Amino acid sequence: MANPNVAKYKEESKSYRAQQMVTRVLAYIFLVFVTFLSLFSFYLLIINGSRSNAELQAGFTLIPSTHFGDNFITAITDNALFSLPRGLWNSFFIAASSAILTTYFSAMTAYGIHVYDFKGKKFIFTFILAVMMIPTQVSAAGFIQLVNQVHLNDTYWPLIIPAIAAPAIFFYMKQYIESSMPLEVIEAARVDGSNEFRTFNAIAVPMLKPAFAVQLIFGFVASWNNFFTPALVIDSSDNWTLPIMMSILRSKLNSQNGDLGEVYMMILLSIIPVVIVYLFLSKFIVKGVALGAVKG
Amino acid sequence: MDKKHKSISYAKWGYIFIIPFLIVFITCQLIPLFNTFYNSFFENYRDGLAQIGPNFVGFDNYIKLFTPNKSGSINIVNYACNTMIMWIIGAIPQLVFSLLLAVIFTSARLNIKGQTFFKTVIYMPNLVMASAFSMLFFTLFSNVGPINQIILAMTNNTFEFFRNPVSTRCIIAFINFLMWFGNTTILLMAGIMGIDQSLFEAASIDGATSGQVFFKITLPLLMPILLYVAITSLIGGLQMFDVPQIITAGSGSPNNSCMTLIMYLNRLIGSGSKNYGMGGAVSVVIFILTGALSMIVFKTMVTRDDKPKKKAKKVKEAVKNG
Repeated sequence: MANPNVAKYKEESKSYRAQQMVTRVLAYIFLVFVTFLSLFSFYLLIINGSRSNAELQAGFTLIPSTHFGDNFITAITDNALFSLPRGLWNSFFIAASSAILTTYFSAMTAYGIHVYDFKGKKFIFTFILAVMMIPTQVSAAGFIQLVNQVHLNDTYWPLIIPAIAAPAIFFYMKQYIESSMPLEVIEAARVDGSNEFRTFNAIAVPMLKPAFAVQLIFGFVASWNNFFTPALVIDSSDNWTLPIMMSILRSKLNSQNGDLGEVYMMILLSIIPVVIVYLFLSKFIVKGVALGAVKG
Repeated sequence: MDKKHKSISYAKWGYIFIIPFLIVFITCQLIPLFNTFYNSFFENYRDGLAQIGPNFVGFDNYIKLFTPNKSGSINIVNYACNTMIMWIIGAIPQLVFSLLLAVIFTSARLNIKGQTFFKTVIYMPNLVMASAFSMLFFTLFSNVGPINQIILAMTNNTFEFFRNPVSTRCIIAFINFLMWFGNTTILLMAGIMGIDQSLFEAASIDGATSGQVFFKITLPLLMPILLYVAITSLIGGLQMFDVPQIITAGSGSPNNSCMTLIMYLNRLIGSGSKNYGMGGAVSVVIFILTGALSMIVFKTMVTRDDKPKKKAKKVKEAVKNG
């Protein structure tokens, strides 16, 4: 009597397994497709960056050519419009400074709110959360006026200083501190006679290293890629950042066809620093994004 | 007594720690925000070399903003529609792909190998400079670019992608999709992993198919996270600037079909016209839209959210009862 049931069960589990096999294969096909989608444009960029203008005009191919070095030299040599190395440096300087400021001061603010009890603390915290969603572009008109009034237009300062107050990064730090820093440690430091500021720098900051790593990268990338504010603040070509140079390159292509090999190489050089950093630190970054998601 | 004294003396440090943040926040964001709003009631712009204003004009800037132009349409409404259309074209595949990927990655049954690799790859476009990425797509789809070389070889004709509103909008939306679906996937994965795993186990013991598990358990319980992702994507969509600005060289062409709200704002307050009056009015409109849209999405999602939750409970009970 049990026999037919067992046979039936075996039959069912067989078809179930076959079905699961199909689902797995479909899942992998989808993943390969998505991988292709994400990587193909970068592949084309590298290929086209290795081809000369004549080759690029002649036709399309997926095989790299031999002009990578030539294109690299033309790209980093100053042209009539701007100097790419100058742009790389401007972008790097602004991005590195704002990343350090944004991470340090966000952590400091989050620490201040977490560790101490003071009047208005709750109000300030709620307020920061409330304004987190307001896009920075909304206050841009007033900000540019302010920058012009204090004669800081066409300098790096308006792009660096505002990084000190970043509500989203503050919120991330607050969550991280809540989950990872017991108040007893700070109490112990106090007993040992450490002053409050030293406690933060020498004890809290090292404990927050993973959060610092994630936010340093995000802060750097956000500033490196920022186009809107620099485009409004920076005028002279000496101070142009990479995104501004991209827009100049774009308007130049509108009127005439320049050396396309050079164009592809310039795009590649603007993208590559972040990609390299990412490939080394991707584990932290992907984890960091997921951690930030907990707030949802 | 002693303890009280202690807490009072430490409170001072709380203020010291948050003061740099507050000062910078107030001077660089809050005051400019109020100034932007304040300026929207003034006539204040540059006409060639002459500076006009600032003169108080009441609501004139807003009236001007919503006055139909020669062809009878209202510019800012058009730009808002452009922004929304391009957001929707990108956001729908983004949510579908992300949901699918998140389910694939988290499924214990599928047990996908090489997850780190796939996640690393799909997240990468998010960190790439949007303006450089757009520049790349512009060159790829331009008349002399590789895509057109393929089309030329096949049909003996080129297709001018950037002369056609539909193709230009689709390219812009595609770039946004490509840049953001990895991010959304990771957010949704965190959401799925937050769901009580015993529900999935119970369902699999009861022989539920993958489809049933997805529609009856994963999707309803994922609603709050989906809501969060949708809102942030929407707010991000309203701020769309880099991609269309580069693709269209700031012109919003063809025919202003790709002009977004922030591109309009940039044009107004940029070094050409320095029109802080109109720019302020546009900022206020964007501010209100951001707030209103988040509220609408939030409300509709919350009311819809109630039912699936009950359903999920029913499923849970049904599973319990065998």
